[in-house]
Amino acid sequence: MKDTTDPAVPIIRVRNLRRDFKVGARGRGRGVLRAVNDASFDVMPGETLGVVGESGSGKSTIGRMLVGLLPASGGEIELFGETITGPLGKRALARVRHRLQFVFQDPHAAMNPRMRISDIIAEPIDIQGGWSRKARADRVSELLDLVGLSAQFADRFPHEFSGGQRQRIVIARALALDPDFIVCDEAVAALDVSMQAQVINLLMDLQDRLGLSYLFIAHDLAVVRAVSTRIAVLYAGEIVELSGKSALYEDPRHPYTQALLAAIPRPEVGVRKPPIRGEVPSMLNRPAGCALCPRCPSAFDRCKTEAPALREVAPGHSVACHLYDGA
Amino acid sequence: MLQVENLSVDFRVDSGWIRSVDEVSFALDAQSTLGIVGESGSGKSVTALSILRLHARRNTRMTGRIVFDGEDLLAMPERRLHEMRGRDIAMIFQDPMHSLNPVLTIGDQIGETLRIHQGLNRAAAEKAAAGLLDMVRIPDAKRRVTDFPHQLSGGMRQRVMIAMAIACRPRLLIADEPTTALDVTVQAQILDLLRDLREEIGMAVILISHDLGLVAEFAERVLVMYAGELVEDAPARNIFEAPAHPYSEGLLKAIPSADVDMHRLYAIPGRIPDPGDRPPGCNFAPRCALAQPACSATPPALDTLAPGHRIRCPVRLAAREPAA
Repeated sequence: MKDTTDPAVPIIRVRNLRRDFKVGARGRGRGVLRAVNDASFDVMPGETLGVVGESGSGKSTIGRMLVGLLPASGGEIELFGETITGPLGKRALARVRHRLQFVFQDPHAAMNPRMRISDIIAEPIDIQGGWSRKARADRVSELLDLVGLSAQFADRFPHEFSGGQRQRIVIARALALDPDFIVCDEAVAALDVSMQAQVINLLMDLQDRLGLSYLFIAHDLAVVRAVSTRIAVLYAGEIVELSGKSALYEDPRHPYTQALLAAIPRPEVGVRKPPIRGEVPSMLNRPAGCALCPRCPSAFDRCKTEAPALREVAPGHSVACHLYDGA
Repeated sequence: MLQVENLSVDFRVDSGWIRSVDEVSFALDAQSTLGIVGESGSGKSVTALSILRLHARRNTRMTGRIVFDGEDLLAMPERRLHEMRGRDIAMIFQDPMHSLNPVLTIGDQIGETLRIHQGLNRAAAEKAAAGLLDMVRIPDAKRRVTDFPHQLSGGMRQRVMIAMAIACRPRLLIADEPTTALDVTVQAQILDLLRDLREEIGMAVILISHDLGLVAEFAERVLVMYAGELVEDAPARNIFEAPAHPYSEGLLKAIPSADVDMHRLYAIPGRIPDPGDRPPGCNFAPRCALAQPACSATPPALDTLAPGHRIRCPVRLAAREPAA
């Protein structure tokens, strides 16, 4: 772990983060889509915060805002003590940008097919500048070794590699400038089961060796359980449950988390409970109450009118649901 | 009802022909469910597409027999097959948006099958379409028939695809990764729907998926494919409780579980060989912990391990023999 980071101080602090998108053509059906609403969380040094949710839950939008790819519409993001939102955000982001990286779902789309692997991996180094040719080449070999690829691959092109190997190359590039924090957005979703296990193990080994923190965005709850320290469950742009991983899977409190866990197909033969009804609502005109209300088996009157706030129900375990208001 | 015998499929590439599916044989009873699992490039989708002969004819070579109700689908004239597609055997695919025509209403598209196969007129077809939408549990079906695909969510679109597929009450439905593009709660709904419809219509279903969990929940019998070959064919319970082929075993162990905390996942070393560059012996030997020198020398045959359970692994077959 880097000596500059205090393990008790979060490297990332997010407070009341919001993102709105304007949608629709002028004149007809113009509206505001709130993709992320009032999200607050921390990421500690060396930990993995898993973010799960279905499509449209806002999980990728959060990831993009955290690395400065997308400006926030409201709220505050603090990275390594620098506030990257607000009027001075751009300059603050420039100071911390080298400590952030991201890995996306499709490794093929993330590489220029006409560049050699060595140039792909060294791109961040070239952008930063100031490296000698020898130092650059050494770093590329070191990075290839770190992700379990032979240094001989440096002169090859992306099409010569399988999906799993390509994702390793993308990870090597993300590590080039020795970042502290990596956003992995569905980083293993496009891989086959056997490759997926290899890449997940690699990400965890790298975390142990380099003291990295991850924001691990995924729709697959089993994958998230394997990699995360803590987990945030998103529904319709809001964090509905946030807790340590064991508590979330063993004692899920929010009806949505419970439904998600029940819906996972499991490799064992047997009968299952009926799935939750309906689909994620349109976020154009959010209902006044809880977003899950129309689908929720436990909904009562108050859920229709009043949105529940995220509150702690046990140490380190927060839920946004009126069922736990008395607790 | 369906009997696939020694099916091989080759595709033409720049350097010649490559074998995508290698001597696959299996049988399917009426009204039963079969799952085909495998990773990308294992040949599972190619096998399924072969049943309806949906490969481009110019660049494909198919050998073997696919017998459906006594008729060989590979040998029959295109005209005859055309009558059967959609009527006796129907298929749904992964991405419902790309399978629907964006400029036609869903009522038109569902009705098309009925107009072709049952000679219904437009009005009657639309009425029947509303009934089918009802069957796939789309609320407010009468109003929905005039909707266009972009007005529906992903789960609804897949329901429309299913409505099209079951319009003629086929005896076999082939579902190729039908829920891969859907969210997990919607996926569970679609699987439930397929299960219900199978009983209502009395059709057999072949479910193709890379997700072993999904197949375990749905299918009675499971085929595991690796590098174009069938490596294990067994009742679902056997595969998931006691997989016999080392590849099936590794695949099951590699799935992360939502039910226990794990520090590291089990990973099968190496990767699937390219179709043009397969090893001389067993395709899985280079990645297999049980491999013996003989495994890399001669390709193993698919053999019976127990009644109704076939595997392609001489090591495991030899180990079980004394007990049998």
